[in-house]
Amino acid sequence: MSHTASSAHSAEATATHQGSENYLNHIKTVWSWMSTIDHKRIGVMYMITLSIMFFIGGILALLVRLELMTQGQTIMGPDAYNQVFSMHGIVMVFLFLVPSIPAIFGNFVLPMHLGAIDVAFPRLNLASYYVYLGGGVLVLLGLFAGSVDSGWTFYAPYSTTTNSSVLFLTMAVFVAGFSSIFTGINFVVTIHKMRAPGLTWNRLSLFSWSIYATSIVQVLATPVIGITMILLFAERFLQIGIFDPLLGGDPVLYQHFFWFYSHPAVYIMILPAFGVISELIAPFSRRAISGYKFVALSSVAIAFLGFLVWGHHMFVSGQSAVSSIVFSLITYLIGIPTGVKVCNWVATMYKGSIWLKTPMLYALSFLFLFTIGGLTGIMLGVLAIDVHLHDTYFVVSHFHYVMMGGTVIAALGGLHYWWPKITGKMYSEGVARVAALLIFFGFNLTFFPQLILGSQGMPRRYYDYVPEFANLHLASTIGSWVLALGLFTVLGCLIHSLMRGKRAPANPWGAATLEWTNATSPPVPHNFSAQPIVTHGPYDFEVLRDSFGGDGAGQGAPEPHIRN
Amino acid sequence: MEPKGTLWLPPAESTLAPEIDSLFYFVYWISVIIFALVVIAMLIFVVKYRRRKADEMPPHVEENKLLELSWIVVPTILCLIVFTWGFQSFLRLGTAPPDSYEITVRAKKWLWEFEYPNGTRATNELRVPVGRNVRLVMSSEDVLHSFFVPAFRVKHDVMPNRYTAVWFNATSEGEQHIFCTEYCGTQHSGMLAKVIVLPQEEFTEWVESGGGKTDDLPLPEYGAMLYQQQACFTCHSIDGTQVIAPTFKGLYGSQRAFVDGGTATADDNYIRESILNPTAHVVQGFNPIMPASYSSLDERQVSALIEFIELQQ
Amino acid sequence: MATTSTVASSVGSGHAEPAHPAHLQHHFVTSEQQFDAAKMGMWLFLVTEILLFSGMFVAYTVYRVWHPEVFQAASKLLDWRLGGFNTLVLLASSLTVAMAIHFAQKDNRKMLITNLVITVLLAGVFMVVKYFEYTSKFEHGIFPGAHYASHELEMAYAPQFFSIYFIMTGIHGVHVLVGMFLMSWLVIRSMRGHFSSAWYTPVELTGLYWHIVDIIWIFLFPLMYLI
Repeated sequence: MSHTASSAHSAEATATHQGSENYLNHIKTVWSWMSTIDHKRIGVMYMITLSIMFFIGGILALLVRLELMTQGQTIMGPDAYNQVFSMHGIVMVFLFLVPSIPAIFGNFVLPMHLGAIDVAFPRLNLASYYVYLGGGVLVLLGLFAGSVDSGWTFYAPYSTTTNSSVLFLTMAVFVAGFSSIFTGINFVVTIHKMRAPGLTWNRLSLFSWSIYATSIVQVLATPVIGITMILLFAERFLQIGIFDPLLGGDPVLYQHFFWFYSHPAVYIMILPAFGVISELIAPFSRRAISGYKFVALSSVAIAFLGFLVWGHHMFVSGQSAVSSIVFSLITYLIGIPTGVKVCNWVATMYKGSIWLKTPMLYALSFLFLFTIGGLTGIMLGVLAIDVHLHDTYFVVSHFHYVMMGGTVIAALGGLHYWWPKITGKMYSEGVARVAALLIFFGFNLTFFPQLILGSQGMPRRYYDYVPEFANLHLASTIGSWVLALGLFTVLGCLIHSLMRGKRAPANPWGAATLEWTNATSPPVPHNFSAQPIVTHGPYDFEVLRDSFGGDGAGQGAPEPHIRN
Repeated sequence: MEPKGTLWLPPAESTLAPEIDSLFYFVYWISVIIFALVVIAMLIFVVKYRRRKADEMPPHVEENKLLELSWIVVPTILCLIVFTWGFQSFLRLGTAPPDSYEITVRAKKWLWEFEYPNGTRATNELRVPVGRNVRLVMSSEDVLHSFFVPAFRVKHDVMPNRYTAVWFNATSEGEQHIFCTEYCGTQHSGMLAKVIVLPQEEFTEWVESGGGKTDDLPLPEYGAMLYQQQACFTCHSIDGTQVIAPTFKGLYGSQRAFVDGGTATADDNYIRESILNPTAHVVQGFNPIMPASYSSLDERQVSALIEFIELQQ
Repeated sequence: MATTSTVASSVGSGHAEPAHPAHLQHHFVTSEQQFDAAKMGMWLFLVTEILLFSGMFVAYTVYRVWHPEVFQAASKLLDWRLGGFNTLVLLASSLTVAMAIHFAQKDNRKMLITNLVITVLLAGVFMVVKYFEYTSKFEHGIFPGAHYASHELEMAYAPQFFSIYFIMTGIHGVHVLVGMFLMSWLVIRSMRGHFSSAWYTPVELTGLYWHIVDIIWIFLFPLMYLI
């Protein structure tokens, strides 16, 4: 499909030819992977590890839904159910969502967006991978060593009195937190110090901006979960009496500590998704993101305000009415920059040239689902309504719309967008689109009924329910199967691409960021064959005009489009 | 009674519920409109501006500062309206009128106990008079719980070593669900109770009789009533299913094997001991999780339960 | 119309620039860039350290505001003379570590090593004093939380004070141990002649770390021992 235009550029092919040495094949031993300090390889290692975590978390989710398909016992007893949903939450939050996009695409793409050879601290980068792996192993030990049934929130005093494998999990969260801190420090310094000549802050890709905001939150919030987990560990192990009310402690203090991290953590999970969506919408609309500065700075605003809203998880927990009111107000404020982003993404499509490839389908799917997630979030922020909705399925559905409909959908979009760059292979567009649609419909069938269940009063973390909730639960369970089918289709499609996929050109989508314009697919070990000097913005498609061709993207340019 | 609920909300059965519902639907419809605008704009653009030629370059569009400003200002104003409304209702929800009738609530794994000013007690059935402000003063004996009546739109966490409160004024007679909404372990989802809203006279009569006359009930019937009231059913089934504690079906007269290796026949004395001192002999395959609080049952109540268990064959 | 232009030198092949210093890693262009990056990374890490401790300072403040009289009484059980002595020890060690950096800049290897060794020794003195403080507390039945069994002070919430005391000073002590380990490692590297005025980043960064450990103690000491 690219034969016409490719010949036009073949003369300019630089010394590195496609199919010759690249970061994947220049050295192939297992040890070279395990000891690599190449940000691209570390990104790929994260991609594989995180996929396994997502698979484990997903299977647990399917078990939860299966149990809830009918009233009473369907496949397991209440204790088993409590452990399954707790592990689902812990695996998905701490081992998948928090690292997800920064660890995979941040590692692979960020240095290339900056025109750098690597992140600032490559060895620290590898260390954070292993620290993360250590945290993952501890979680799995907790899974096998005994039963963790405290939910992912570890609320005291339940967590300090229930089964002792909670100790494993608090340590796992502590260890995984270090990985998050190291990655955050690394990315902040990389963005400050490693930018290519000419890459001013105003030319930074929106993905880099969002990773920057995320990393700052990671650096500032994660230590607090660290100390919280240490205190919880000590509470459990030495009965220090800080959180346990039976020893004179205060359980509400635990909730303050926990949410001081865990609410900013929500932004650690969603901000990178915003960045990915900007990267998708621009090239597939062939327009610069409308309101670039607003979109970039709204990430920073969200990161900042994200620290001031933790109390909205505690409107009915016994904190003072005054603090509830203040937290509620700031919660609305944080909705504004988020709304600004959504409006700007839609405005970017106005008078654009919209190309409905798989990544764009995911981006549209994100806009649909995340808008529901955001608006339900505003409803939950309304004090009097939250009293009714708190700890019901409405909340469960809300955060799945944000976390899965937002982060996971964006991650899938990013995966399909960068896949040709990462692997050098194209995938079957038709199958990938079918998978995207299955995921979209499956997701809504799973989680929309939960919104109604919740506002009707169905509490979360329930093993059983009253008869009037039965039909909606059944619908939700059926939805989870469609969703799973969609995800397995993605897996099959990508595995097929690895084995049989067509070779990817350097810039299949006609994108204007450096990883597409200045590097081969897959890139050479040091990313660029020559140091890029940046002379235009990340969404300046005008400058690529003469390379558009083939079926509408930059397929005319199998080699990096570099000319002097 | 006709259910008056809507697609989104259960029937509104307290004086404050309609106010919260109108706030809910106000925010809901604004959200629907915003959502529709986003999705419709998105779909129109996808169709209208779809890529027709591979190498087309869309025209440059000047950014509209007014538009940019409008989607900052309009949502801010909407948010401030909703916030003000929300916190006023929240304050009303949080402040019980001074003339409220007070009932003490104790939560424990996994049941609710209600105690009335005259000492009348009930388990898992909260009887309240219709049309009267009722304030519940709540505390927990173990971990966190949360008291939630969807039909009244009230909820508050229940904590050990601290009192929290909710209040409501039920507008019509009938029964409503009480759920525990703070995760509390194995039978979290079984920690259900009912609010039974009674006419004032009927309520007064019930409270003054000390929770209904039981003296003239035959023992097996009284036992069946206690089985419900004391929430034995949360853990002990009578249909033979093993939940987290031995079923009552076929229990009486059977041979019991204990974790410490001993055995005994389940006769009157064994069952009596198991009620009053549950951890004395733990049956194999189960954990010692039964609370000690049943030791406060009086002699007649214990006898009634034993009679009841004997009948479950 | 050029998207990008290229510079003549090829990068990343490990043999690029002439006079490429041994300590310069392949992905940096200049030594300054590498040094700035390392220093910024260290500062960010120190921010996380401060936040780790601020979590505990918040716990301290909350309980102190709730039970001020208990905290006043409990702090009298701590020996301010030992705490004060340790404060002086840490202040002195901060001075010696600053001197070590100074001598690294001056290419004075002997004084660099001497100052690092003194710092390690001072840190050791701090830990020994801490050990005696802890054991004397344990002898009086002062344990954290539920294990508290002291008869000198039988107020409710006194156990909370000592829980916070042991956790905060304990975690601070772990930081001192880590510092001792790092500085011993620096001593070995200095002996092998790894540092010079051209490159002494590890000395500088460890020094920063040590100052933070010191500053945290400066806050801990009055809050725990004096008020």
